[in-house]
Amino acid sequence: MEQFAPVKRSKDGQPVRYLVVDDSVFARKNLARMIETFGGQVAGEAGDGVTAITEYERLKPDIVLMDITMPQMEGIEAAEKIVQQHPEARIVMVSSVGYQENIVAALQRGARHFVQKPVKPEVLYEVIKYVMGEDGTAAHAAGAGI
Amino acid sequence: MKMELIQPFINAADAVLAQGLQCPTSIANLSMEQEAYRRKGVAALIWVTGDIEGRIVIDLDPETALRVASRFAGNDLPESDELVRETVCELANLVIGNAVTSLNDQGFHFRVHPPVLHTSEHGPKSSEDTEALVICFETCIGNVFLNIALRHKCSQQPERAAAVGRRTEN
Repeated sequence: MEQFAPVKRSKDGQPVRYLVVDDSVFARKNLARMIETFGGQVAGEAGDGVTAITEYERLKPDIVLMDITMPQMEGIEAAEKIVQQHPEARIVMVSSVGYQENIVAALQRGARHFVQKPVKPEVLYEVIKYVMGEDGTAAHAAGAGI
Repeated sequence: MKMELIQPFINAADAVLAQGLQCPTSIANLSMEQEAYRRKGVAALIWVTGDIEGRIVIDLDPETALRVASRFAGNDLPESDELVRETVCELANLVIGNAVTSLNDQGFHFRVHPPVLHTSEHGPKSSEDTEALVICFETCIGNVFLNIALRHKCSQQPERAAAVGRRTEN
C-alpha cells in the first residue's frame, strides 16, 4: 500500500491516535492498514455505536472514523452523543451509504467530514489533514508522500 | 422489478468489484428466479426497508470467496478464516450502500440494515411481486452472484414523483 507523509500531532509530534468504529472486522482492518500508512496509531476499535461512546471516553482519540449502519446504535447517533459531551471531538463518518440526506444529517449532528466507501487512501488522507487542521502536521519524510 | 431499480445495483457491483479486485468485470448471466433461493457458497444478505422493500444477497462459491477476500485484504487468507465471511458481508455493504446512494438521488428513500451472513441452504421463496433477479458477474478470480428481490411500496410513490419533479424543475 502507498506510503504517505506521516501526519503527527502539532503539540507533541506524536502519531495521531484513531478510534475505528465499524461493525465489519474487515472494514476495521482495512482502515487500520490505511492509518498505518498515514503514520497514525489505532488507539482502539469498536463494532457498534454504544461501544464507540465508551471507547471514546476511555481513550480520548484525536480522530474517530465512524461507520453509519451498525447494530445497537447507528454511527450518526453515536457521533451526536460523543460531540454533546466532547464538542472538540473530530469525527469522520465513513460509510457506503453516501446520499445527501445522510451526509447532511451526519454533519448537522456533529461529524466533521464524510468519506464514502470504498475508501480511497488518498481521499481519507486529505480528509484527515483537513480535519486535524492546525493540530496536525504532515512531515515530509524522504521517499514518502503523494 | 423495474430496470430503474436494478441498474444502480449493477453499476455499484461493477465499480466496487473492479476497484477492489483491480480487474474489469462483466455480466456473464442474468435471470429471473421465482424458486426458493439456493445458496452457492459464502453469502451475505442485506434487507432494505422504505419506499422499496426486499433483500439483496451477494453469493460466492467458497473458493472464489477466499480469493476475493485475499485480494481485498492484500494478503492470502486461510480457507477457514472468519475474515473471508466478513469480507463478503462488507462487499455486500459496499455494493448495496453505493446503489442505495444512487437510488436515493433518484428520490427513493429507504433504510439499509446491516449485512448478515446467510447460512441456510435455502432462502425465502420469491413471490409474484418480489421476483428475484440473479446477476452473475464474471471477474478475473471467479463469479460473484447478486440476487435481488425488491418491490415498490406503492404508498410512497407520490412522494418520489414529487421529489423527481422537484429535481427536474431545478
